[in-house]
Amino acid sequence: MEPQLGFVEQSFDLRYTGWVREALNELPDCFTITDPCISGHPIVFASNGFLKMVGYSKDEVIGKNGRIFQGPETDRRAVMEIREAVRAERAVQVSLLNYRKDGTPFWMLFQMCPVYSKEDGRVINFVGVQVPIVLRKTRLSGLGISRNEINLCEDTVLRCCRREVCSDSILELRRESVSSSHDDRDVEINEPCDASELEKTKASAATSNILSVLTHYSELTGRLMFLFSVKHCQDWPQLLILLLLFLEHAIHRTDALLPDMPIVYASDAFMKLTGYARHEVLGQNCRFLSGIDTDPTTQFQIKECIRSQQACTVRILNYRLMTDCFLQIISLELLLFLTLLLFAAFRKDRTPFWNFLHISPVRNASGKVAFFVGIQIDDHCNYRELHGLRPEMRQLSVVGAVKVAVRSLSMGASTS
Amino acid sequence: MSVAIASKSCQVNCMRRVMFDRFDQVVQIALICNFTVDDKHQTPSPHGGRGALPSEGGCPSDLLFLAGGGGGVFHLMLTIKRVPTVVSNYQENASSDDLKAKAESCGRNCLGKCCLPVSKLPLYAYDNAEHERVEEDIHGFCDEQCPPMSFLNNLLLGQWEDRMSRGLFRYDVTSCETKVIPGKYGFIAQLNEGRHLKKRPTEFRIDKVLQPFDEKKFNFTKVGQEEVLFRFEPSKDNKSHYFPSSPVDSEEGSPSVVAINVSPIEYGHVLLIPRVLDCLPQRIDGDSLSLALHLAKEASDPFFRVGYNSLGAFATINHLHFQAYYLSVPFPIEKAPTCRTMSSKGAYETRVVVSELLDYPVRGLVFEGGCKLCDLCDAVTSSCIFLQSNNIPFNILISDCGKRIFLLPQCYAEKQARGEVNQELLDTQVNPAVWEISGHMVLKRRKDYDEASEQYAWRLLAEVSLSEERFQEVKSYVREAANLQPEEEYISSIDDGRYDSAKPQVASHLPQDCLVLH
Repeated sequence: MEPQLGFVEQSFDLRYTGWVREALNELPDCFTITDPCISGHPIVFASNGFLKMVGYSKDEVIGKNGRIFQGPETDRRAVMEIREAVRAERAVQVSLLNYRKDGTPFWMLFQMCPVYSKEDGRVINFVGVQVPIVLRKTRLSGLGISRNEINLCEDTVLRCCRREVCSDSILELRRESVSSSHDDRDVEINEPCDASELEKTKASAATSNILSVLTHYSELTGRLMFLFSVKHCQDWPQLLILLLLFLEHAIHRTDALLPDMPIVYASDAFMKLTGYARHEVLGQNCRFLSGIDTDPTTQFQIKECIRSQQACTVRILNYRLMTDCFLQIISLELLLFLTLLLFAAFRKDRTPFWNFLHISPVRNASGKVAFFVGIQIDDHCNYRELHGLRPEMRQLSVVGAVKVAVRSLSMGASTS
Repeated sequence: MSVAIASKSCQVNCMRRVMFDRFDQVVQIALICNFTVDDKHQTPSPHGGRGALPSEGGCPSDLLFLAGGGGGVFHLMLTIKRVPTVVSNYQENASSDDLKAKAESCGRNCLGKCCLPVSKLPLYAYDNAEHERVEEDIHGFCDEQCPPMSFLNNLLLGQWEDRMSRGLFRYDVTSCETKVIPGKYGFIAQLNEGRHLKKRPTEFRIDKVLQPFDEKKFNFTKVGQEEVLFRFEPSKDNKSHYFPSSPVDSEEGSPSVVAINVSPIEYGHVLLIPRVLDCLPQRIDGDSLSLALHLAKEASDPFFRVGYNSLGAFATINHLHFQAYYLSVPFPIEKAPTCRTMSSKGAYETRVVVSELLDYPVRGLVFEGGCKLCDLCDAVTSSCIFLQSNNIPFNILISDCGKRIFLLPQCYAEKQARGEVNQELLDTQVNPAVWEISGHMVLKRRKDYDEASEQYAWRLLAEVSLSEERFQEVKSYVREAANLQPEEEYISSIDDGRYDSAKPQVASHLPQDCLVLH
């Protein structure tokens, strides 16, 4: 008997909050999340990418077991492997033949991985990533290689290999794909099909992204929390806004030079400048001054300021980059807050400019500090005073808006 | 004044020079050099939280650090602004030694005739042209797409936050616990133990709504200019302008200012003081009400409301002023159903409509509609003039960006004087002024806050309300005074769904992709 749709969704939401779905759907990957604690081991979440791939609607998938995607030609042994892994509560990676809603079969690399509960260590979810396998010319070519699959690979390569541009691999793949379409179409579709390194990497990358989203959202449940967009309209195009969750216990750790404060909100301007998607930034820790060639005294002073819950303003001399493409290659750990600060390390031709970074504690309705909001504003000369408000006043007005919003929102929610 | 401060562990030699100047922004120093560390470390205490009494004088609040880099490639400056606790001259009767003597005359840089005419203040001149009102839903609240945040909003929030960082408030209002009381209406309770500790005793009779201005008593000309955020006046050319620093021209008449309320109820609590130098007593007139309506309109945030208390309805100062602040949840009074009862004469679509509050503990009238803002303003002004001339205390709530005006006659003070109010209610020491009547209660005792319930709020407000007979009488006088005509009554209840407290209510200046995680 399959559990009701609402109940199934609710259990997932309770664990991670209802908003984890949005964050997960920002990931382009195809994946499902199942809950072994509910009888029938149903799917509790299916990404948009997955639904598109299999051609089912969300309602047709949530609450069902993964076996609905298997069909007559699906290798029984692979299925047994998966079942065994579920029982043993471990990860597994197999190639599997699945069926879309319209009945067409397709090969995919299935990588499954357990999610453990922090409290009691038991498995609370399984994450299943599905990567369609691009068929090699040595195997079956009857299906042909579509334009989409090539694009998918390109995209994968860029996402996986952020530090180098792997143009070579893409060319290779293209060459392979083109030539394969000329082969005979006489290989059977149900021959076992191995995934390439590319696909395995993709699966791993997807898994780690999903897990990091889940981890961070699970940390956020049980406490009153807000992610919100401060109105970042035409008034504030130059303001990079980050909202950092104030974790009291983290502040008192003596080993950390800077407190562990996960980012819970980042403005669109921040996303645009850094080129990162929201899910890649949310939940990351804000040890933004570590890893940068900065006077440790300064780091200490910022920590002191945060520990004593005071506002502070930092004025930094940064070096502007010449080209935008640089942004894609810098890793997130270095970027986080003082994005532009890092560019100096590259010693390129640069023009210096001053940056104001204002950090302020934000209290919620209980009166306690819940967040720190950070607003970075570039006061380079190309930022003219909009209608006469100085940049500092703009920063302060954002702080004010955030304070009003957090206070009011947490007031209303506390009764429900 | 300089104080040397050391850090705890320092790997780079540097000297930090502490600059104390409450009124200046971060001082920029571009030099990089190596200094030695001074080991006498002293951390000033941070500004106290809720209920903190202001201490005498302030400690150095700005710490400026210079960190020297080796090759001079990195220039890093860190300023930490601490919030000094300051006794604002708003609270003091004697002259304060703390204030800088900037003005020539009285030396206190106040808002009086001595100092103001030689001062410069920021000026926001609003567009006073009477545009036709756009046809829209009378109960329009911001739904999906929020309008862009208005400039005035930005200005007000930024300036308020700036004053907070300068320590001009008696306490940090955001550290006061607050909650929405579960119930049908969602009354809002706040625990504020510190607000009333230095409360100014009411310096005038409570049984007369009209009393002449008394210059010897406290008034806003005695307030320091640092408490003023900006001037707010009509512009001369039908366009809105902002001048960051504008000399006060005494030829132009007395300036109207927006100043902070040093004992705020909520974030952004300000006072609007029309024509401050004219020293008007607390009474409504057309120009002042128009100014208040324009403030609400220019802020264009339905969660920024403007209020007024007459004498006898718990106004504390007999110098004409309005109050305003941000609270991004609907007020209970705004959710109450209403029933059309009167309207102005003229074309149906452009009438000012007056409704009665239904199913709310306080009986009151709601004015809305009208073709132009001045229509609404005139109707309310006439009504108020009647009330104040007939010694009926009242409160005004301007809500929904100036589109809805609540007129609330009350009689609590009289009942209190006659000993007719329940002692339990009196013990909570809540004086029902406009915010309390609207549903926002500031409670002084922890016990009252923890036990706050919708029944308590209802009981308290029921004592505030005029009786049904008296209210109907007053209503008929208002009708006459404002030249209105009676309407067939019909109920217009506000859609419950809009105020469903289960859904998070988003502040209007936030778009709806607000996420609330429980």
